[in-house]
Amino acid sequence: MNKVIEGAAYVLGNDIDTDQIIPAEHLVYSLSDPEERKHYGEFALSGVPADRAGLPEGNIPFTESGRSESKYSIIVGGKNFGCGSSREHAPACMEIAGVRAVIAESYARIFYRNSVDGGFFIPFECAARLVEEIKTGDDLMIDLNANTVTNRSRKKTYDLKSLGEVIEIIEAGNIFEYARKMGMMPSASDGPQ
Amino acid sequence: MGMTITEKILAAHADKDFVQPGDNIWVNTDVLMTHDVCGPGTFAIFKKQFGENAKVWDRDKVVIIPDHFIFTKDAHANRNIDILRQFVKEQSLPHYFDVGSDNYKGVCHLALAQEGFNRPGEVLFGTDSHTSTSGAFGMFATGIGNTDAAFILGTGKLWVKVPESMCFEFVGTFPEHVMAKDVILTVIGDIGVDGAAYRAMEWRGDAVMKLSMEERMTLCNMAIEAGGKNGIIVADDVTTDYVRQRTDAPYKIYHSDDDAKYFFKKTYDASEMEPVVAKPHSPDNKAKVSECQDVKLDRAYIGSCTGGKITDFIAAARLLKGKRVKIDTFIVPATREVEQDLYKEKMGGETLMDIFKNAGAYLGDPSCAACLGGPKDTFGRAADNQVVISTTNRNFPGRMGSKQAHVYLASPYTAAASALTGHITNPAEFLDN
Ligand code: SF4
Repeated sequence: MNKVIEGAAYVLGNDIDTDQIIPAEHLVYSLSDPEERKHYGEFALSGVPADRAGLPEGNIPFTESGRSESKYSIIVGGKNFGCGSSREHAPACMEIAGVRAVIAESYARIFYRNSVDGGFFIPFECAARLVEEIKTGDDLMIDLNANTVTNRSRKKTYDLKSLGEVIEIIEAGNIFEYARKMGMMPSASDGPQ
Repeated sequence: MGMTITEKILAAHADKDFVQPGDNIWVNTDVLMTHDVCGPGTFAIFKKQFGENAKVWDRDKVVIIPDHFIFTKDAHANRNIDILRQFVKEQSLPHYFDVGSDNYKGVCHLALAQEGFNRPGEVLFGTDSHTSTSGAFGMFATGIGNTDAAFILGTGKLWVKVPESMCFEFVGTFPEHVMAKDVILTVIGDIGVDGAAYRAMEWRGDAVMKLSMEERMTLCNMAIEAGGKNGIIVADDVTTDYVRQRTDAPYKIYHSDDDAKYFFKKTYDASEMEPVVAKPHSPDNKAKVSECQDVKLDRAYIGSCTGGKITDFIAAARLLKGKRVKIDTFIVPATREVEQDLYKEKMGGETLMDIFKNAGAYLGDPSCAACLGGPKDTFGRAADNQVVISTTNRNFPGRMGSKQAHVYLASPYTAAASALTGHITNPAEFLDN
């Protein structure tokens, strides 16, 4: 696992729900088809009302129209990030768009589980609220050893909460790799194929 | 130290005598449910991880219920149904309820109950956040994503962090014009959309135990709108009567111990409950109906796993009988069984179906329909900046279709009363005379 994650911040507010992350009408695309899955990147976070997309100014689209990758790879959110439906298309679309980490005050549990068990990106919780501290486009660096995030644009460092027990799943890669490590599943090499 | 009902069920499914909140345990699954939106992704992950020819851990414990994007011309949505069919065939799965067949059911959470898959004491995982609905049967039921579902398909197990429990007790009797929907909207308004995050919401009290299974399901259904992991109500005779009409499978009834530990406890006087709505754009944006009477509406929507059960339509019909709606009103029975009951159930000699037709409402086929917006041709999908009163469970921006639409969540009584006047209306005005 990389010990440092760097990238540009995209800042959102509280209660970013899964319909804002990926509106239901787009859920028809296949996540396993390499071409179709690109649509998920294209529509990632497209349901966020424009004035709240990319704080503090807002009106910053997460992905430019027609593109499936975003130039922002670290999402900064407020409370209850990912609330709403259980759709795994939500963390998946963010990963497809290039998200490597989310730093939120708190998460809705299914979204959190999906992010960890599916190995889409690392969901960090911050000790302090960062939504008002970080601006969309700021250059961030997350240090996993120190459990901190540094805003290199503003030369400030903040503490992140410990990932706790889920670190083992995150380090393994996803729930399957973790289960293989624990001997609950045959390893890929002696797998059933 | 005592345990709550949630802790006891989880302990039993992890082969442990005792668990406490915060413990990470591996639990055995009694039922895994998936539907057309999440099934295809789940199956793809299952095959990738366990092998193209791998078999599911227990065919009899997998239930597949297409319900979300059903009656649409959208080619991708229809392709998803084909993927379900293919997987069911490959795996010879017995519990599949295909669209277009006599076996079609409709919205998964109600279909699970009606087909006998909800049994006290069991553990049910579903790839849908409203899987919490099944907790009304005194079981542990929660929503998961595709990866977790694929993991269960292969192993029958899932890791669960034992949740803390919150206890919501209602004593006395609810007023006639107050429904379970008002109760859950009140509680979500009180504790907020993350007020029960990661926790179990346990419902108690004589007012709750007087409710029908359908109304109890409404209480547990929206646990997720408070961030809850599960909702749960101890099983009693009402529960076992319902279950026994639908399955002979064994079940086990668990009770919370008197000395069980709760993170939070609150007792409400049931008689003081009032009809409420959740204003746009959040389920915790609570307001009393009496404070919103000046909100003009464009349409009313009565349907979904929350507000599309037979008891919801009986409530709506009580108000709509012999009257005409003033705004476009959409009626969507959650399941085929509910739809059939609309033809059977009578009020003053008239079937509910006739009552709705004569009132000028539009009737849709059983499915999720516009509860989650869906493809552009979805029945009842909100357009432009319409103001909608709805018996569904979410009013986030864009949830019912248009991002500009304004959705007020309400009980079937309130939705029907409002359909008659064209503005948000207290059902007491119609029920008391
Ligand atoms: S009716 Fe609505 S909330 Fe219920 S399962 Fe369908 S989409 Fe989800």
